[in-house]
Amino acid sequence: MSIILDHVEYVYGADTSLAVHALKDINLVIPDGQFIGLIGHTGSGKSTLVQHLNGLIKPTGGSIYFNGEDIHAQDYNKKKLRSKVGLVFQYPEHQLFEIDVFSDVCFGPKNLGLSRQETELRAYAALKQVGLEDDYFYQSPFDLSGGQKRRVAIAGVLAMKPEILVLDEPTAGLDPKGRDEILDQIAKLKEETGITVILVSHSMEDVAKYVERIIVMNQGSVMYDDVPREVFKHYSKLEEIGLAAPQVTYIMQALRKSGMPVQTDVTTLVEAKQEIIKLF
Amino acid sequence: MLRDITLGQYYQTDSVIHKLDPRVKLIATIAFIISLFVVKSWVGYVVAAVFLAVVIRLSHVPFRYMVKGMKAIVFIMLITVVFNLFLTPGEVLVSFWKIRITKEGLRQAVTMAVRLSFLIVGSSVMTLTTTPNSLTDAMEKLMKPLRVFKVPVHEVAMMMSIALRFIPILLEETDKIMKAQIARGADFESGNLIKKAKAMVPLLVPLFISAFRRANDLAMAMEARCYRGGEHRTKMKPLKYAVRDRIAYGVLAAYFVVCIVIGVYL
Amino acid sequence: MGIIKTDKLVFEYIRRDEEGNVEGITRAVDEVDLDVQRGDFVAILGHNGSGKSTLAKHINAILYPTEGTVWVDGMDTKDDKDLWNIRQEAGMVFQNPDNQIIGQVVEEDVGFGPENMGIPTEEIWERVEESLKAVGMYQYRKFSPNKLSGGQKQRVSIAGVIAMHPKCIILDEPTAMLDPNGRKEVVRAVRALNDVEGITVVLITHYMEEIIHADKVFVMDQGRIAMQGTPREIFSQVEKLKSLRLDVPQVTLLAHELKKSGLRLPDGILTVEELTQELMRIYNARKA
Repeated sequence: MSIILDHVEYVYGADTSLAVHALKDINLVIPDGQFIGLIGHTGSGKSTLVQHLNGLIKPTGGSIYFNGEDIHAQDYNKKKLRSKVGLVFQYPEHQLFEIDVFSDVCFGPKNLGLSRQETELRAYAALKQVGLEDDYFYQSPFDLSGGQKRRVAIAGVLAMKPEILVLDEPTAGLDPKGRDEILDQIAKLKEETGITVILVSHSMEDVAKYVERIIVMNQGSVMYDDVPREVFKHYSKLEEIGLAAPQVTYIMQALRKSGMPVQTDVTTLVEAKQEIIKLF
Repeated sequence: MLRDITLGQYYQTDSVIHKLDPRVKLIATIAFIISLFVVKSWVGYVVAAVFLAVVIRLSHVPFRYMVKGMKAIVFIMLITVVFNLFLTPGEVLVSFWKIRITKEGLRQAVTMAVRLSFLIVGSSVMTLTTTPNSLTDAMEKLMKPLRVFKVPVHEVAMMMSIALRFIPILLEETDKIMKAQIARGADFESGNLIKKAKAMVPLLVPLFISAFRRANDLAMAMEARCYRGGEHRTKMKPLKYAVRDRIAYGVLAAYFVVCIVIGVYL
Repeated sequence: MGIIKTDKLVFEYIRRDEEGNVEGITRAVDEVDLDVQRGDFVAILGHNGSGKSTLAKHINAILYPTEGTVWVDGMDTKDDKDLWNIRQEAGMVFQNPDNQIIGQVVEEDVGFGPENMGIPTEEIWERVEESLKAVGMYQYRKFSPNKLSGGQKQRVSIAGVIAMHPKCIILDEPTAMLDPNGRKEVVRAVRALNDVEGITVVLITHYMEEIIHADKVFVMDQGRIAMQGTPREIFSQVEKLKSLRLDVPQVTLLAHELKKSGLRLPDGILTVEELTQELMRIYNARKA
């Protein structure tokens, strides 16, 4: 159940004078069950990239394979692909439209042509997975708080039972607690179901805690693709392209420079604490 | 990338035509269109063509941009030409099977084609050399006398310019919501008309909600910046006629008189 | 009296169900006393729904108090005759960069406020120029707002407010929808306004890194002011902030954790440099 991107290129408005080369020679393998962070500043091509994964955008060059099949082959079932690769857009609450929360979550599975019973079972399970309480199920989605709306929208994608879940900046606009809640929920979901998760973000601190692999995009190309520890070693390079390593990386660098023999390749607060405490 | 679409496709250069008062350009465009229907002989069209060519030359906008606008109406133009060509009664020139081409039909078809293409190129000159905003300003100013009849001229102009500002944003939003619903398995393409209309609900509801939210936010932002309608308001870019505008009006008047003379006597 | 002062400010709104029947009353702002001094940089923190935006909208007379009073530069916001003076003196920047830009060209948008105030044409141009220069957007004056990044759009919005020559500027989560670069740009512009032009700033946010340089911080929760003090005083109460759905910069958190483990660090460390210095001090003392 893997996705393979093979020399993927994408050019916006190719036939106009305003052509933009949004993706340049992207080669990636996304195996089963990984938790991946896709990082890049605005305009780095990360949002364009994720829309390729479920066939919303067709590459202008190269191919994309899902489970070994070319997703842009003539007779390929795109609808099925979209149920397997769930894509949660930025500010997903803006796509809510139904009269109540439950019906909105049913929209996805219903489109898959499932029976009513199956649809409702899935919707129920999905709402439970995002941690929304039953009291809200029959309320209008528009009466919920920002964080709750976002959960409903994520449930709407989960109800399609995707094997790969892609979230485009799922924490944008939330307050710190709301951000942690959503990310913890996603991590829990990952743990329980073993689903592949791709988290798109521009915050290194957010993803460092959760993911096992970080892909850094810059100007339409993959700049780094490695475990967080290795990626953050390039912190000064990251800074040049408008990203930053987590603050702890800088603390460790500064301590090292002042003469404290600490390891500098830590990525989380817990690691940093252990590393410093060791010396005292 | 939908945001890159600019309405009216303004093309920035530093030409005399760009610098003209938008009112001049608006009136000139209307006068030019009228002139196309006043003249009825080839002499008239030659005069119109020369006039147009000179203006285009002065505007420094590449000619291919003018022709771009034609692409959109090629179909309408073809229909007009075909209808006129085959359906005008008169002296038969060529005939085969059931189709006849008459002398009058040929003349009519050519005339219509010339008129239509001049009309499109003429208005393209205006939209390519004038920002939508200054066009709105021009309309507001030209229609000011209507205020006597309680026509809310300022409000209409403000609405138009806000609409112009938000069209690209809402287009982009439509694209985004559509993709988000497709990602949830929605199908906007197949099925009959009723099914298609029903499929639009998941697109239109969020779009309307978003438009209202934006409208609400914008109203608040405008009030916070002391907006209270057209009263007490000054203009950052007031429309003022310069010497070149008077000259332009003179040239325009001369052209129009020539056209009338041609229309009457030739 | 400070430039902005509120006295037992209460704001309530009535919730209605679909048929329009009253369901209940929500108290969004609950007896808030605020006093902001001229030239200060004040930050208001709070989680979503804590009432901070509702409070902000009172300062610009977009909302009026249910109870209590709000004064801006000595003017009572309930007083109709001062409405336009208040809106001119207390400028406001909102969250969504797309929904507050009116003009189709950057310079025209900045000129919108002065136009509404009836400023003569020539002076509008002067004001537009100086405002765009103040936020570093002058070279973009002929651009369409649609071609700018989020951070640039917010700077244009700030310029639009400065052009009205306000005495204070209230920014209601101006960075919530921006990426890290955009956030930095906007915060830099706001700080420059406060430092260079001496404009009083009220910054509403939930990003902790943005308020390190504030003179005073108010933390809101459930419509009330839950904490107030200097950034250092606020950040030294890590546990309390967490209970208010907020967090602290990673440095502060690390210092807090290290302190809990027995290192003798001062409270409320705000920057990487501070932490490094303190740790090195202890480390060198131990070595010696």
